[in-house]
Amino acid sequence: MIETRGIKKRFGSQQVLNGVDLRIEPGEAVAIIGRSGCGKSILLKHLIGLLSPDEGEVFINDRNIAHLTERELLGVRKEFGLLFQSAALFDSLTVHENVAFALRREGKLTAGEIDRRTEEALERVELPGTGSKRPAELSGGMRKRVGLARAIVYRPQIILYDEPTTGLDPVVSDSIDQLIRRLCEQLKATTIVVTHDMRSVRTVAKRVLMLHQGTIYTNSSVTDLFASTDPLIHHFVNGISTPRDILF
Amino acid sequence: MRDQITKRFLNGMDGLGQVAQLAGESIRSILARRWESSLVLYQLYFIGIKSLSVVLITGAFTGMVLAAQTYFQFHKVGMDTATLAVVSISMCSELGPVLSALMVAGRVGAAIAAELGTMKVTEQIDALRTLATHPVDYLVVPRLIATTVALPLLTVSSICVGIAAAYAVGVGLLGIDPAYAWHNMLHYTSVQDVGVGLIKSVIFGMIIALVGCYKGLNCPQGAEGVGKATTEAVVFASIAILISNFFLTLLLTRALTQK
Repeated sequence: MIETRGIKKRFGSQQVLNGVDLRIEPGEAVAIIGRSGCGKSILLKHLIGLLSPDEGEVFINDRNIAHLTERELLGVRKEFGLLFQSAALFDSLTVHENVAFALRREGKLTAGEIDRRTEEALERVELPGTGSKRPAELSGGMRKRVGLARAIVYRPQIILYDEPTTGLDPVVSDSIDQLIRRLCEQLKATTIVVTHDMRSVRTVAKRVLMLHQGTIYTNSSVTDLFASTDPLIHHFVNGISTPRDILF
Repeated sequence: MRDQITKRFLNGMDGLGQVAQLAGESIRSILARRWESSLVLYQLYFIGIKSLSVVLITGAFTGMVLAAQTYFQFHKVGMDTATLAVVSISMCSELGPVLSALMVAGRVGAAIAAELGTMKVTEQIDALRTLATHPVDYLVVPRLIATTVALPLLTVSSICVGIAAAYAVGVGLLGIDPAYAWHNMLHYTSVQDVGVGLIKSVIFGMIIALVGCYKGLNCPQGAEGVGKATTEAVVFASIAILISNFFLTLLLTRALTQK
């Protein structure tokens, strides 16, 4: 279970998060949406302990991780897999080495078992036999898939996706969305997707949290979100700008 | 103006404190044996073997020019045969360690800051953290161990080549008597001179690795940020080497020559 209580975060003069309260049950598939720069990725980084809040608490399975040290957080992060917006593959390593990285560092499995798990993860993301390639040789969609294989290889309970379809063409975006949904069902992991792609929201999520001005503006089912008459939600969901939006 | 100076001073102190924290965390990681020897070996190759040619050329030409200059001055007072002794002491305790460190700071310090800085701006450092790996264990410690081990070895090579080159210039080119020159060099160069140089190079190696890693891990966003981190890593490491060299000379010379 993931829960945040009143988390606040400020960068310089900008208050990015201003009291975020949320609760996500195990196995849920949740999308966090909001305008660009509203703090979605910042919120995601708080959930995995990459950032610590100025105020408030973050609970992962009833353990408050908000003020743990970096070393204490390493253990907590074994429960997570995170797909970065840019995939963040280690460019000095091959695809196989990238995916096997966490298992090798952990040092609990034999080399053969690590290879088997790595190939299995690559097959899950539909990239078998690409282990010897370098990240620079991959397309944007393939990089995301490898990033995803790396995130799921040690079978985490919680998988976080930071704008998984940004920068991809519609067909590749859809294949990534289908993959996320399939992984969610197969692995029974809690899935949190940060996105502003409404098609992704429809495909992947059961529940949607909308972040606006540093707080959760709405917490609703996907159906209710798309049926909402609230001007802010309606404009965002349907991609309608107003003259005021152009200024920002 | 005064506020700006105060702010820059405080920023400098803050940076110094953070480098000290990084050093502390690295030492804890080394003692807890959280590092991989394969990574250290790779860094030893990159930092040690790959820097060898640069350091040897620096040592050779420094020894040669020092021999020539010393000879020109000493010849006036008939002390030609003391030339190699001066070169040897200078190379062992000052020029060998300092010039080798400055060359390695330019090559390795810059490479460390650029590599880690690029990893920072492309979120690879965050990716490491999400994969339950502490960046200090995986990135900093192998570089710190490798630089601290490689620099004294490079310094010794530089000193040997520098003295050999000075001998060649002094004896072969300037006509110094080889037997007296060699005898004087061995007579006046003490074990302490070599010890001072080696201890300095160990400390300089730590400075280069820690400053390079600190600048890389705290690199500002964007290509400009990586460029800035790289430049600052070289500049700050070089300044730190020159300043610490003065204090180390005072401290070590007194400590090692006390009877």
